[in-house]
Amino acid sequence: MTEAPLLDIRSVSMSFPARRGLAAVLGGTKPRELKAVREVSLQLQSGETVGLVGESGCGKSTLGRCIAGLYKPTSGEILYRGEPLHASENRAEAPRRVQMIFQDPYASLNPRMTIAQTLSEVLSVHSLAKGRHNITERVDRLLTIVGLSPKLQAQLPHSFSGGQRQRISIARALAVEPEIIIADEPVSALDVSIQAQIINLFIRLREELHLAYLFIAHDLNVVRHVSHRVAVMYLGQIVELAPSQELFRNPGHPYTNALLSAIPKPDPDQRSRAISLEGELPDPHSPPPGCSFHTRCPIAIARCTIEAPKLLEHAPSRWVRCHRAFEIRAHNLKPPSTIHT
Amino acid sequence: MDNHPLLSIRHLTTVFEMPGRSVHAVDDVSFDIGRGEVFGLVGESGCGKSATCRSILRLFAGAPARIRQGAILFNGRDLLQLDETKMSDVRGAEISMIFQDPMTSLNPTMRIGEQIAEGLRRHQRLSGPQSRRAAQELLGEVGVSRPETRVADYPHQFSGGMRQRVMIAIALACRPQLLIADEPTTALDVTIQDQILKLLLRIRDEYGMSILLVTHDLGVVAQTCDRVAVMYAGRIAELADTRSLLKFPRHPYSRALLNSIPGQEEASAELVPIPGSPPDLSAPLAGCRFHPRCSHALAECTAAPPDLLMVRPGQATACIRHGILS
Repeated sequence: MTEAPLLDIRSVSMSFPARRGLAAVLGGTKPRELKAVREVSLQLQSGETVGLVGESGCGKSTLGRCIAGLYKPTSGEILYRGEPLHASENRAEAPRRVQMIFQDPYASLNPRMTIAQTLSEVLSVHSLAKGRHNITERVDRLLTIVGLSPKLQAQLPHSFSGGQRQRISIARALAVEPEIIIADEPVSALDVSIQAQIINLFIRLREELHLAYLFIAHDLNVVRHVSHRVAVMYLGQIVELAPSQELFRNPGHPYTNALLSAIPKPDPDQRSRAISLEGELPDPHSPPPGCSFHTRCPIAIARCTIEAPKLLEHAPSRWVRCHRAFEIRAHNLKPPSTIHT
Repeated sequence: MDNHPLLSIRHLTTVFEMPGRSVHAVDDVSFDIGRGEVFGLVGESGCGKSATCRSILRLFAGAPARIRQGAILFNGRDLLQLDETKMSDVRGAEISMIFQDPMTSLNPTMRIGEQIAEGLRRHQRLSGPQSRRAAQELLGEVGVSRPETRVADYPHQFSGGMRQRVMIAIALACRPQLLIADEPTTALDVTIQDQILKLLLRIRDEYGMSILLVTHDLGVVAQTCDRVAVMYAGRIAELADTRSLLKFPRHPYSRALLNSIPGQEEASAELVPIPGSPPDLSAPLAGCRFHPRCSHALAECTAAPPDLLMVRPGQATACIRHGILS
């Protein structure tokens, strides 16, 4: 028997009621729904990092928040080692297993609490350390783990730089000794030189503490660097799931291909004037029929406008939701990124 | 033919006077932008790249900025000598600017068409109907579909990428010779960024204008700029044609920036971050401002700030150790 995965997301959907105008409310119009996440299934193993990418509004943060328990999914289940993660009997335990780190370290720390207070609050709420001496010792250790000097613990957040604040947020998440960390754009507010420091910290902590990450980011270079596997989302659905290096080397979905070719490469010899993806994200309130991507897809055929493709395993560990999976590279005899100008 | 550069900045020094301290945001910065050139200004937050742009137009949004010295020659005329009335004739007409966040730079209570037409009436004295027709044309030109109906929409009815297109239409309205684009795609998704950058390049080709593009992303520089200046702590560290800078950086900071971009390597090798963080500009360091974080620093580096010197044709570097990086 294989062991249950650390985290098993089974067909999770999350809808939000759309705001209605007064006339619609009085007229009794049925509220429209925004399906932010549509039947997403994903597994996370211990020590594994899965990157979650896609454009703003694709549902990647909503999925992260569902797992962290900040939203209750409309349907589907989230299992932790085979048990429901957020079941009522697990309410006290769940936050100790899954912790979340946010994009903006300025907004996620209380400006009136010293670093020591922020960290000791977590420790005492979860009864992880008792007595002043034990708490101080744990706070010192947490700060050391994330590369900050314990001497700084009496200071308030404003005296720290963005990178240091993100280290404090990480220390706070680690205080409860979680196994899973949902990191929602954890480095996108930071400058590149500082970003590299924090990415290295994430990787070091993963090795040392055997953490599993769901790493949500729009920067594909960052995701490529930290992830073992990558899931690409479009309008609430996973359209491709693959081992990171394979996905970047040979994208199977035309959307993944477009995302990759849109990354500006820091190489002036590989310039392209071709636009990688025309148009904008369709209105998520009424996703297009058939394949949601067909309105922007360069290789869409008649079938794509009628029949929604399923997420299928086209090669070992390579899941693609497309009627023409892996045809994009053949179609683009010259991928746009290599046309020299 | 006019061989003078369109814009020549000489020894620009801009200081923010805060209570009890002065922040030296731009310190002795000089560079030229040629006609039809896309010139990149890169660096991390607080390096002075935005302050440099704002100094050109003297748009400081109420910040206590003072341009202490220097000259900003635009078509040979020093903008710093112009009074506020003359300067407002330049803004939007000869030089226009777009910003990172198009939502906060558009007026939420005004129809898009009106916001585009406003500049045309102010600077080109077009009549109401003429300016409205021009606004609609401009909107189509920047890739907004159904411009005839969308001119009547308000900013909140546009997506982030479409708002940036509207900003570009406003900036282009009077056919400026220089467009200053301050992180124009930073708030956008990568696919939309790609569309906007290519729109800017197409406009440069069609209008023959010059673009000063501020960015923190060396990928954006590689894809769009002809020449580029790397700024660090208020000073230019290196100035070169894009290819030389990215292929043969001669300043340790430029090289370190390139090394800290993730995703370059196939395997997840450890990134090489730059240790420490940028200096506090209210208490300027003696010597080279990068020396506390530089792995090549010598005792001399703490003495005087190095001059920006030609190290190869088309490449100037402010580092006394540039030789070891060649």
